[in-house]
Amino acid sequence: MGRQLLLDNLDKPGINTLNGYQETGGYESLRKALQMKPEDIVAEVQKSGLRGRGGAGFPTGMKWSFLAKPPGEPRYLICNADESEPGTFKDRYLMQRKPHILIEGMIISSFALGANTSFIYIRGEMMYVYHILQKAIDEAYAAGYLGKNILGSGFDLDLHVHCGAGAYICGEETALLESLEGKRGNPRIKPPFPAVKGLWGCPTVVNNVETIAAVVPIIRITGEEYAKIGIGKSTGTKLISASGHINKPGVYEIELGVPVEEFIYSEQYCGGIRNGKKLKAVVAGGSSVPVLPAELILKTANGEPRLMTYESLAEGGFATGTMLGSGGFIVMDEDTSVVKNVWNFSRFYHHESCGQCSPCREGTGWMYKILSRLLDGKGETKDIDLLWDIQRKIEGKTICPFGDAAAWPVAAAIRHFRSEFEQYIKNGKSDVKHYYRINNLQEI
Amino acid sequence: MARVTIDGHTIEVPDGTTIVEAARKIGGDIVPPTMCYYSTLKTSGGYCRTCLVKVTKGSDKDPRPMPKLVVGCRQTVMDGMEVQNITSPEVLEAREGVVEFLLLNHPLDCPVCDQAGECDLQDLSYGHGDEGTRTEFRRRTFPMRNIGDKIKLHMNRCIMCYRCVKVAEQLCPERVHGVLNRGWDAEISTYIEKAIDNEWSGNMIDVCPVGALTDKTFRFKSRVWFTKPLDAHRDCDVCCGRVALWVSGDAVLRVTGRKGVYHEIENTEDGKPGWICNTCRFEKKNLSDWVIEGPRHIDRHSVISQNHYEQLKQLKQDLSRQKLIGEKAHNN
Repeated sequence: MGRQLLLDNLDKPGINTLNGYQETGGYESLRKALQMKPEDIVAEVQKSGLRGRGGAGFPTGMKWSFLAKPPGEPRYLICNADESEPGTFKDRYLMQRKPHILIEGMIISSFALGANTSFIYIRGEMMYVYHILQKAIDEAYAAGYLGKNILGSGFDLDLHVHCGAGAYICGEETALLESLEGKRGNPRIKPPFPAVKGLWGCPTVVNNVETIAAVVPIIRITGEEYAKIGIGKSTGTKLISASGHINKPGVYEIELGVPVEEFIYSEQYCGGIRNGKKLKAVVAGGSSVPVLPAELILKTANGEPRLMTYESLAEGGFATGTMLGSGGFIVMDEDTSVVKNVWNFSRFYHHESCGQCSPCREGTGWMYKILSRLLDGKGETKDIDLLWDIQRKIEGKTICPFGDAAAWPVAAAIRHFRSEFEQYIKNGKSDVKHYYRINNLQEI
Repeated sequence: MARVTIDGHTIEVPDGTTIVEAARKIGGDIVPPTMCYYSTLKTSGGYCRTCLVKVTKGSDKDPRPMPKLVVGCRQTVMDGMEVQNITSPEVLEAREGVVEFLLLNHPLDCPVCDQAGECDLQDLSYGHGDEGTRTEFRRRTFPMRNIGDKIKLHMNRCIMCYRCVKVAEQLCPERVHGVLNRGWDAEISTYIEKAIDNEWSGNMIDVCPVGALTDKTFRFKSRVWFTKPLDAHRDCDVCCGRVALWVSGDAVLRVTGRKGVYHEIENTEDGKPGWICNTCRFEKKNLSDWVIEGPRHIDRHSVISQNHYEQLKQLKQDLSRQKLIGEKAHNN
């Protein structure tokens, strides 16, 4: 097991309370940060090479440096805790077990950005986590970590937890802002970007839970030290939500750069495929990233071992690669039907589309209906080409990345598992029920 | 000022102009079609994706092309920007896709739709769509909702352009309707069926690009191309009072705002907004209520521009011109 910066001391009783957290060195980073200048904290985060953990992997330090600072206008920091990507459950786990690390990270980040009001936007379904966070915030207020003149530094911060109503689209940063303003959660058209005009027209930074929590160890061990973990531009540790047909599903903190093969098969992580089955496919970063067959997820097209980094997983583009995304690592064994899996994903995207722009509103539903028909054994050969054409006409044509997220899984499933689609069409309904195994599963 | 080149035509426009507005200044075929953008409504546009264009050069300062297609109605021009619209196969293909998506659940009930003949979606699908349809599924339907005695809402035809919502927000004293539900099931409606009843609500009909919002007083009276458009005005305390009358014989079948080339209500000559009030629209249905200015020129390629009245006028003009030429030739 590599270094544990976020999930350390999880076994300690009372780590979810203020006292327990403080006993393990909690809020020491805050004390250290308040002695620093805000721009030095931003520089430290830039040095650490921390990248957004929500999915896009945009360098956090750069995002912070883009924040407009017009005089006399408030700035806001918002923590995006609307974690709803199928296959991703790392933020919930972190907030549930160690709520104070997020709050400490929020205070440090708000101080660095000069925000005096900050929000945690939490997904509506996670009501119990909302209560955990609210309790932790109350504790922090009582201890003087929040409110006026924090620890005598002259810095004021009010931290609010806002509960969404459970829409996936509200995890998109501009839809989140709309929702927080009390409007319908529709993504805004960019530009202007939130860093210039965000919440109530003021400069705003929106960061993922894990990103903000990672600021705490960065301040503790310094940015240089943090940048030493990992490979190349993928620095630090990352929470991976491993699920699917593995022996030990759960949230793992890995040092970026662990080989995928080691992650799936080693005892300290996933512990291999359940029931001694073979690996068929992996969705490496939450439902919206392309699915990859076993031979491509373990080794890149050049035959090099694939590593758990932003770059290595993306190697080969979408033709032979995928993305690290939010770290929702879904493993499928040989008995899994990829068609059924992609049908399930497209059902999700059909249900969650906000309906604002036409390609996504109509296209996601169309793809879902075609896949439903295919799954019923009533598909025709032309359906595969039709699906390909629809996803191509959605991708990149929409306001927000939701359209891409809906198109990629379908595209990847057809690209890598076309024979399986054909099998469904050829065998009709009677066979579909029992047909799961692909015949040409490669030996690894 | 910014110099922008659209499909090879260069024009200089003020900073902050959108690509669509710049293209409209050039005019002709290079203007991207728009379904949800409405120049006089703030924050409209960006939803329907029909005006997608390709920016091949960002600006003189940063000549990199934009990675994705952008919406022309929201993207502002930069100095030295180069844009491809109808010269880019990628744009035309994307637009064909958008038309297909817009028509995917559209009932295509043009034969019984009052909007037929002046419908933006009709024009768009003739201009950019494909023949036939590839969907084999039942089209989406919505229950009929009664939103009052003046406006007929036919949700099945709606393309979710949000224009009527913007009218209610920016023109009407209060907004009582909006978008309910999400995604596939999103619909325009009032919360708990409530009549939309205010002095400006009729403009929702004029901004609707399809037949989703139609005039109940004109419903099934006549096809639009059988009616004669006339420019007329009256003194109105509430609105500008400048309208287009749609007349058959002596009967005023319909009153609308005066729509321009891009099917948007034009401002009056003195620069005031051309929106009209519900009294002018629904209650003044006698020719004697109005001062007739003359026949209205419908400058669109849709079927109503082919009406007899217009042709007759054209014929007269042509004849007089020929007469003039003939006289000139004779004199020489």
